[in-house]
Amino acid sequence: MSEAQFGVGQRVRIADRTPPVHHRVPWYAKGKTGIVVRVCETHGEPEKFIRGDGKPARRLYRVRIAQRDLWSDYAGSADDKLDIEIFEHWLEPAE
Amino acid sequence: MSEHDHHHDHARTFQPDHPEPTTDAARVGLALRELLIEAGHYTAQEEQAVIAAMQGASPANGARIAARAWADEGYRQRLLDNAAEAIHELGFDLAPYEFTVLENTERVHNVIVCTLCSCYPRALLGMSPAWYKSKSYRARVVREPRKVLAEFGVELDDDVEVRVHDSTAELRYMVLPQRPAGTDGWSEERLASLVTRDALIGTQRELPLPEEQ
Repeated sequence: MSEAQFGVGQRVRIADRTPPVHHRVPWYAKGKTGIVVRVCETHGEPEKFIRGDGKPARRLYRVRIAQRDLWSDYAGSADDKLDIEIFEHWLEPAE
Repeated sequence: MSEHDHHHDHARTFQPDHPEPTTDAARVGLALRELLIEAGHYTAQEEQAVIAAMQGASPANGARIAARAWADEGYRQRLLDNAAEAIHELGFDLAPYEFTVLENTERVHNVIVCTLCSCYPRALLGMSPAWYKSKSYRARVVREPRKVLAEFGVELDDDVEVRVHDSTAELRYMVLPQRPAGTDGWSEERLASLVTRDALIGTQRELPLPEEQ
């Protein structure tokens, strides 16, 4: 199992791209920045799964994003969050 | 209950009372199942068993897990640290999904959604409700969770943090509701009877006690 590239507490940015295949990143999270709250296991890559076996497997993370960073006009509390599962190849370090 | 008045030879493949497919996608799905069975990849009996297991699961399973966590602090901790392992102790298994339990507290309210499709821990909660699969719930609960929760009757103060969990990949979630006050000394079975499906999804927060007899 590959070494996790990101750790809990690290700020990460979710890639803003739309490959022409099945992928598991909803549009609203693309390009957004959050914090890793859990390093999960490795799983088959969804973009490859559709064409065969999903190999190589990719590390999965839970990323926590402030609602106000997702929606500029978010009406709820500044503390509200959204947690989402994002694969490693969709993440890059963020300041 | 009305008698089903026509008979097909479908019993060998799927539920006999299943409605006739009306879309091309459904017809392709049916044809694929029949071909897989004819080619010997699995048997009709195996498919029936999977359907029966899915239909046999109910929120009572999730309620049992929540009640154990309330009654046993050690179990609660194990459940929050590694839910997949902790539910093995009660005979449940969601593998290959990474099962995760999210604890509600005085200051945090959790709610679950799958915006991309309708991922749901069926083995623990049974079949998902229609609203959980609706485009409206999936689109709105990530965008305006407090408003959606209010429509379910959950009014949250501003000092309660809302955490929406989008089930986008390989995890499955269940909310651990807060244990209602006035339940000290209750058996796990009695505690479990308080837990509802919606509370385990997060669209209910308070669990009312039954009226005194």
